[in-house]
Amino acid sequence: MKAAILLFPGINRERDMVLAVRQSFAQEPQIVWHKETELPAGIDLVILPGGFSFGDYLRCGAMAAHSPIMRAVKDHAARGGYVLGVCNGFQILTEAGILPGALLRNASLRFLSMDTVLSVERADTVFTNHWQKGATFRAPMAHGDGNYNADEETLNRLEGENLVAFRYADQNRNGAARDIAGIFSPNLRVLGLMPHPENLVDPLMGGIDGKPLFDALAAA
Amino acid sequence: MKAVVTVMLKHGVLDPQGKAIGQALNHLGFDQVGEVRAGKIIELELTETDPAAAKVAAEDMARKLLANTVIESFKVEIAA
Repeated sequence: MKAAILLFPGINRERDMVLAVRQSFAQEPQIVWHKETELPAGIDLVILPGGFSFGDYLRCGAMAAHSPIMRAVKDHAARGGYVLGVCNGFQILTEAGILPGALLRNASLRFLSMDTVLSVERADTVFTNHWQKGATFRAPMAHGDGNYNADEETLNRLEGENLVAFRYADQNRNGAARDIAGIFSPNLRVLGLMPHPENLVDPLMGGIDGKPLFDALAAA
Repeated sequence: MKAVVTVMLKHGVLDPQGKAIGQALNHLGFDQVGEVRAGKIIELELTETDPAAAKVAAEDMARKLLANTVIESFKVEIAA
């Protein structure tokens, strides 16, 4: 699988993603500037990393969702391409309408900078098949607006169609509805999640809890 | 022509910022303050000269960018 990592002004976790992809894919991912209108040829996986794109002005991810490259990302997703959005990346995907719902300010109003424990809701996807269903793993959080929300109808649909990817397993610190930490698109090829699996992929980082996600993608 | 777009969280959506503001006001001695909701105002100077057209354009801008209609509602007022 060939990966491209999008870079918007204010993104600050792209290098973490490069490292995670390098470790698992044994390839150098391409970094794509937001002003490009096309993805490089042969890209299978588009990654939207974390940070503060456009300073979180107006709403987190609101401006980035309209960057020139996003038209190509929407087309890529519509064609069945793989997309991974982490933190600000997840916010950009909801603002762009590629995933449903919205990420609100954390209910506690506190910026969360600590590890959380996530549960894997289904292990039969290209992102999660290196885990067992129900497995739990540590993932660092670094967000002020991770409170996933959608109307009841959408939340029920996500549950009913088994599109919840990860839930907060130990404590829901941001108030996210139904403890939702990440969701899939209906075709299971787009994943958005708030915590950062890419920050636990090497023993030097303190653990490899997040590595199975990247290993699973690399093996696809 | 100036368009003033007011964006608020929809009723029923948790507003922790509004809640924090309310608590701070209470701490300041304003006991009469109950629920507080905080939003944002965006002022747009438009080259449009027809108020009706300006309103339609501003509403389009609100739907497409200024408000996230999943969680926010908006209203547009046109000032001369």
